[in-house]
Amino acid sequence: MTGMSALQSRIEGNSSGEDFSASIMSIEIGPAHPAMHGIVRFTTHLDGELIVGMEPEIGYLHRGFEKESENSKWIQVIPYTDRLNYVSPLLNNIGYSMAVEKLYGIEAPRRAEFTRVIMGEISRITDHLTCLGAVAMEIGAFTFFLWCIKAREYLWELVEEMSGARLTTNWTRFGGNAHDLPDGFLSDLADRLSKLKEVMSECDKLLTRNKIFIDRVKDIGSFSKEDALSFGFTGPLLRACGIPYDVRRSDSYSVYDELDFEIPVGSVGDCFDRFLVRMEEIRQSILIIEQAADKMPEGPFMTDERMIHYPDKKDVYGNIEGLIDHFKLVMEGHQPPAGEVYMPIEGGNGEMGFYLVSDGGGDPVRVRMRPPCFNLVSAMPAMTVGHYVADIVPIFGSVNMIGGELDR
Amino acid sequence: MSEEITTKETEVNPEAGDLTNLLQEEFPDGVTGFHAHRGDETVVIERDALESVCRFLRDDSRCSFEIMMDLTAVDRLEMKETPRFEMIYHFKSLTHARRLRLKVRLAEDDCKIASIHHLWKAVNWYERECFDMFGIHFEGHPDLRRILMYDEFEGHPLRKDYPIDKQQPLLELKEVEERHTYGRHT
Repeated sequence: MTGMSALQSRIEGNSSGEDFSASIMSIEIGPAHPAMHGIVRFTTHLDGELIVGMEPEIGYLHRGFEKESENSKWIQVIPYTDRLNYVSPLLNNIGYSMAVEKLYGIEAPRRAEFTRVIMGEISRITDHLTCLGAVAMEIGAFTFFLWCIKAREYLWELVEEMSGARLTTNWTRFGGNAHDLPDGFLSDLADRLSKLKEVMSECDKLLTRNKIFIDRVKDIGSFSKEDALSFGFTGPLLRACGIPYDVRRSDSYSVYDELDFEIPVGSVGDCFDRFLVRMEEIRQSILIIEQAADKMPEGPFMTDERMIHYPDKKDVYGNIEGLIDHFKLVMEGHQPPAGEVYMPIEGGNGEMGFYLVSDGGGDPVRVRMRPPCFNLVSAMPAMTVGHYVADIVPIFGSVNMIGGELDR
Repeated sequence: MSEEITTKETEVNPEAGDLTNLLQEEFPDGVTGFHAHRGDETVVIERDALESVCRFLRDDSRCSFEIMMDLTAVDRLEMKETPRFEMIYHFKSLTHARRLRLKVRLAEDDCKIASIHHLWKAVNWYERECFDMFGIHFEGHPDLRRILMYDEFEGHPLRKDYPIDKQQPLLELKEVEERHTYGRHT
């Protein structure tokens, strides 16, 4: 807190008419900087090493996701969503597909939903592992980073087994998934989860009670509940502030109401709380995956509603209805009924909401994605002012900014 | 929206949600329509009522919408609807575990609306993004600059009349004041 009092005296000094401007130095951090995850620029104003002002500048990775989507067919948006939060692409796929399903007023079959829960939680774990590993590496714990990447690799192999790709998954469809569970997937899953648990307990021993680590993250970037709500925080950062808001529980979409899990919360919302919340969420996600794998029902993995799922090839070549459906779906695209929906799901960083507007045609009128880390990055000045330059690294690391999601 | 939903909004809907009824009671002149398509409670209000409705939604204990979840706009040019723009506000209340969507319609030649940045801190960047993408002016916003595009960008890319393949001119290199040459010979 010496930092805050020094800041206070500086501010008071300024108000008394003294000119300190010569001693305030502005430093640009980024756009390309090892501590900037993706491309973002912070203009920091420093008094010595003390941060007295900061202006984030974003938009370096803007690719016009919303504009591209509004000029595509509904189904063509799914591959674009892979590129939003590119450390948990399956969650984006799931969120968008569920939003379109809400627009249609249908639900995917139960087997598809359970598979989505498993793959979604795997993605959440990869997201958290990436964030935790990056924070730890940037403040010097390189082993922890390698362990996290090792664990993430186990999971990405599962993602690859399921969807054929590690990052550009393009896995969900409206009313189901592109593929059923591959042969032997559940036993592979159990095997990988036991390896993951082993790595997690090693990671826990490495950092959770490590004094060097705790000194760097404890009481850094603390945030009050009121500010967190006002800034629109969601996800692990809001829970680290002590508010148990989780879309999986509050909106209980998909089959999360049948699964038993806890929502970890912190107390002061500093970087250490965020670390602990993410670590615990990984454990809870493992529990969710195990339950979902146990309860995996038999049945179809894709809805059989006409004009939503592509007809089987034997129908396309064998009867006229199948041929017409296929032709119309390919040429005109899916045509959800006119209306508008907002579908929130719990993404890796918080509430990822898709707001879709349809006029009943084949092209979306509006595809809007609420990026969870947009609010988090907008609060960076509030989180860092009063801390030292070196604290930007753990604070910004624990925000887990993902350029693809932030700039879309 | 479509024919079906427009009629729903203008008729008296017996299935209006609690919040819709509450807002209609509190702001009889402000609320112009509502619907609950797919369970998303939506209220359309007058532009002038925005600030007072939002303040009510945040502060009244029957609403307590702590989180301003999302703010965006829809360009309805191709839907042949007037007025052209629709502002969309999404709110989330943790106390009552409910959501609400608020809409304000804006005409093309008068796309101005009061800023509500003083009610939720999240709004500041959301309004900047909306200004950047749609060219909607938020009156009273402290820092209404582009956020995703660069300052010299012309037009507003998410408007439907902005062609997707339009190219913008390359910028001249900017002159910056260099304090150090870092060993370079100039």
